[in-house]
Amino acid sequence: MKVSLTVNGETREIDAEPRLTLLDALRDHLRLTGCHTGCEHGVCGACTVLIDGAPARACLLFAVQADGLEITTIEGLAPAPGELSLVQDAFCETHAMQCGYCTPGMVLTAHALLRDNPAPTRDAIVDAISGNICRCTGYGQIVEAIELAARRLAGSNAPAKGDAA
Amino acid sequence: MKAAPFEYSRPSSVAEACELLTRDEDARIIAGGQTLVPMMAMRLARPTRLVDIARIPELAFIRDDSDAIVVGGATRQAALERHASLAARLPLLARALPWVGHAATRNRGTVGGSIANADPAAEIPLVLVTLDGSIRARSTRDDKVIAADDLFEGPMATALALDACLTEVRFPTWSHARMGSAFQEISARHGDFAYVSAAAQVALDGDGKCVACAIGVGGATAAPTRLKAASAALLGGRLDDAATREAIAAEIAALDIMIDPHASPAYRRRVAVTLAHRVVIAAHDEALSRTPA
Ligand code: FES
Ligand code: FES
Repeated sequence: MKVSLTVNGETREIDAEPRLTLLDALRDHLRLTGCHTGCEHGVCGACTVLIDGAPARACLLFAVQADGLEITTIEGLAPAPGELSLVQDAFCETHAMQCGYCTPGMVLTAHALLRDNPAPTRDAIVDAISGNICRCTGYGQIVEAIELAARRLAGSNAPAKGDAA
Repeated sequence: MKAAPFEYSRPSSVAEACELLTRDEDARIIAGGQTLVPMMAMRLARPTRLVDIARIPELAFIRDDSDAIVVGGATRQAALERHASLAARLPLLARALPWVGHAATRNRGTVGGSIANADPAAEIPLVLVTLDGSIRARSTRDDKVIAADDLFEGPMATALALDACLTEVRFPTWSHARMGSAFQEISARHGDFAYVSAAAQVALDGDGKCVACAIGVGGATAAPTRLKAASAALLGGRLDDAATREAIAAEIAALDIMIDPHASPAYRRRVAVTLAHRVVIAAHDEALSRTPA
């Protein structure tokens, strides 16, 4: 059946069986392979995308269910090709990734957190990323990256709601 | 892991959804899909058709009635969590919701879905049972109210007919000035399934006497259990430590406790007593801190 997916501001129509997950649609049909396949049953968070701005697991949604909704993947965060978003930049700077498998999900989750809560406490950060598993970093630098991004966001003159989203 | 093939429909009204469900007994409702989709991926569920109710406007609402907050079946858990009057009117539910899965699953998961799924460890069903709430279910045959007490029959089993659509959930609110509530659970990690969870809401009169008391435990039993005898025994008293523990322990001693590879029945029973005791004490402390009307 025809499914219309609006991803990173661009609407594309794909031909999908109902059983195709949004995760597989993004990766195999739209070649947006930044959305990572981990457990495929909703426990790891590697496939996190934003749906209408809120983090959700792309493996827990059939593509048909996402028809017409606004989807943001890691590919849609950078302001321009070759650039990084403020959160991505903070992740690089604090070494918040090793193998990088969890990173797109972590970064998208952090973007959503900072948009709703520009000055999160450490506990709020830990809680926000608690649904995303990282097997490498031990989480310390990921929390630091999000703290750094929050500080930079506060220091930048971008309106608190705009830039992080 | 990929789901088996199925047909997909997205009706625009409850009537249309019910119609689709009557036509095919292996059709299933999908709302948030946060449990059903992984079950399908693991082939533990194999519906022939999914009836997607997530965008039916009449199922997504939160209504403040005078004696309850009524929530549409397909209302997202995250929306309820953000509802302005929740913390003041349904503090127990406000405390329990952050324990439901993770933020990313609450963004898609629905209130009705969690109830219809009836996982023994689920928090929303526990709150519904503790507060003695009810649901409403519609099918092409009827439209009826089911009390929480009659709804949960066992693990993943409810009194809901297979062709019925859960349309609304009613969480009763209390109007006492001195009210307190508490929710606690034990799991391997935050966000995992609870081994045991406990919920309590109490109200006191100006004198400090208990005038309303609701205690529930989840995870330990096949379906969430309201501790009716303990609540009745504590009513009119001052919820002192020893009496509370004794009343709770006596009732929990008689319950059938579940067994699974994660926790033995003896452990679950012990933890259920401890947690239920703790939540009543915490709820009591909070109620005491409130000034009488
Ligand atoms: S791949 Fe979706 S949560 Fe693991
Ligand atoms: S960096 Fe390897 S899983 Fe997080």
